[in-house]
Amino acid sequence: MRRLLGGRRLDAVHGWLLLLPAAVLLATFTHYPILASLVDSVRSTPRGGQPAVFVGLENYGFMAADPIFWRVMGNNVVFALGTIPASIVLALLMATWIDRRLPARALVRLAYFTPTILPMVAVANIWLFFYTPQFGLLDQVRALFGAAHHNWLGDPSTVMGCLIVMTVWKEAGFFSIFYLAALQHLPPDLKEAAAIEGTPRWTFFRRVTLPLLMPTTLFVLVNATINSFKLVDQLFILTKGGPDNASNLLLYYLYEVAFGYNDWAYAATLTVLLLAILAVLAIAQFGLIERRVHYR
Amino acid sequence: MENAAALLLAVLWILPLAYAVWAAFHPPEYATRFDLTAPLTLGNFQRAWAVAPFARYIVNTVLLVTMVLAAQFVLCTLAAYAFARFAFPGRDLAFALVLVQILIVPEVLLVENYTTLSRLDLVDTVPAIGLPYMASAFGIFLLRQTFKQVPRDLEEAAQVEGAGVLRVLLSVYVPLARPTYLAYGLVSVSYHWNNFLWPLVVTNSVETRPITVGLGIFAAPETGVSWAVISAGTLLSVAPLLVAFLLFQRQFVQSFMRAGIK
Repeated sequence: MRRLLGGRRLDAVHGWLLLLPAAVLLATFTHYPILASLVDSVRSTPRGGQPAVFVGLENYGFMAADPIFWRVMGNNVVFALGTIPASIVLALLMATWIDRRLPARALVRLAYFTPTILPMVAVANIWLFFYTPQFGLLDQVRALFGAAHHNWLGDPSTVMGCLIVMTVWKEAGFFSIFYLAALQHLPPDLKEAAAIEGTPRWTFFRRVTLPLLMPTTLFVLVNATINSFKLVDQLFILTKGGPDNASNLLLYYLYEVAFGYNDWAYAATLTVLLLAILAVLAIAQFGLIERRVHYR
Repeated sequence: MENAAALLLAVLWILPLAYAVWAAFHPPEYATRFDLTAPLTLGNFQRAWAVAPFARYIVNTVLLVTMVLAAQFVLCTLAAYAFARFAFPGRDLAFALVLVQILIVPEVLLVENYTTLSRLDLVDTVPAIGLPYMASAFGIFLLRQTFKQVPRDLEEAAQVEGAGVLRVLLSVYVPLARPTYLAYGLVSVSYHWNNFLWPLVVTNSVETRPITVGLGIFAAPETGVSWAVISAGTLLSVAPLLVAFLLFQRQFVQSFMRAGIK
């Protein structure tokens, strides 16, 4: 039909014109900055009238020799390992529970989902008071049992734990939404067959439900991993990455290097590394999408 | 047994927020004393309102969210229509380039984007907070999916009546995609109401600061505000979105579900 109305060339013109506004903005704020980060990462930071010059891989060498960088990467791994499995298990539990007929289901669902709608800054404010030494809720409760005060966020050995617990509280309900969607799309005849056979519920869950939820688990896994590299708002409120970088994470460190020390070249280098991590995760996700199709 | 566990977890999950509500509505000395006879008060809210320009911050956030959503609807609709219904050279490559932004969100590129905006002399303006997000890959992706499902006959019927490209888009495609717009709108509004890092970088005055950044500054320990007042300020900041969520819980949850099925 459209052929008759003006043909293929007109189609191409219309297509590009429709795309143009979005393309300009995407090029300006996504594609150009990716390339600019790559370019800036092999140049020096301009200082005191000294323009930036090509320095090859010097910034990357600096990164490899930067103890704070390694500390931050280690923290990111701890943060990911601490938050992801716990969030996934809880999300799965929540979804299975909401999917059943339980008393006050609407209220239970509301309780699980509410943390996801709050901004991280607000969540951090609330939790800050739990962790405050002596006056905070945690220490007050512990005092009832005669335990000593503890500076939870000021102690390098407990600070990551505090961040992890709070993040799991905020994230689990969000991931349970995807599990809930998947559970509601499971074929009902499976359950009926299991009921006729008299299969125990736990066996059914382990042998049937869990494998069928695998695509969702993989989807959540990749997203939770990506999130563990992007979630740094809480650090601004709770710890500023301290004490002594014990709770510093990659994106927060990047922010400090850029806007605290004005070391633009090093910030660009850290950006390139973060982009590389995200790219690897994206490739993993593409592999998973292929597999999802296979499941269907 | 399982029901008890589900309920226990629900209680645990709501406790932090319930606790903030307790602290906000009682005098500061009751912050850790759970005395059911404690007097109720709105004093903490008055203090918070007096200490920081919350009204201004909320206006800034509403402006930001509205501006971003309006721009996203227009830009993503046009681009999605192009991808769904037009054959043009380079279409597949262009679409792949769009998808890059789903993974690499603008806040990851905050250093270079800050540089770009300062070159454009737009730092510390509300549009600057929204600009990197306005051409949303996620929005383009969702709308393209929806537009592809529209039957061709409807479009051809409109063309026979002499409708042009934009006419067809506005009279056939957009009305049929209403549920997608609603789902995407809820996801976008909650994202930008809660966004913090990028707005923090690109704003530095009361006139532009959104509520999250305002709250972060207000709650800094060095301001010496009492815990009860911080709770009140925190509740003030989340109230609009939280109330919307309580009223339209089902729509929110369905929107996030739809958003997850990529």
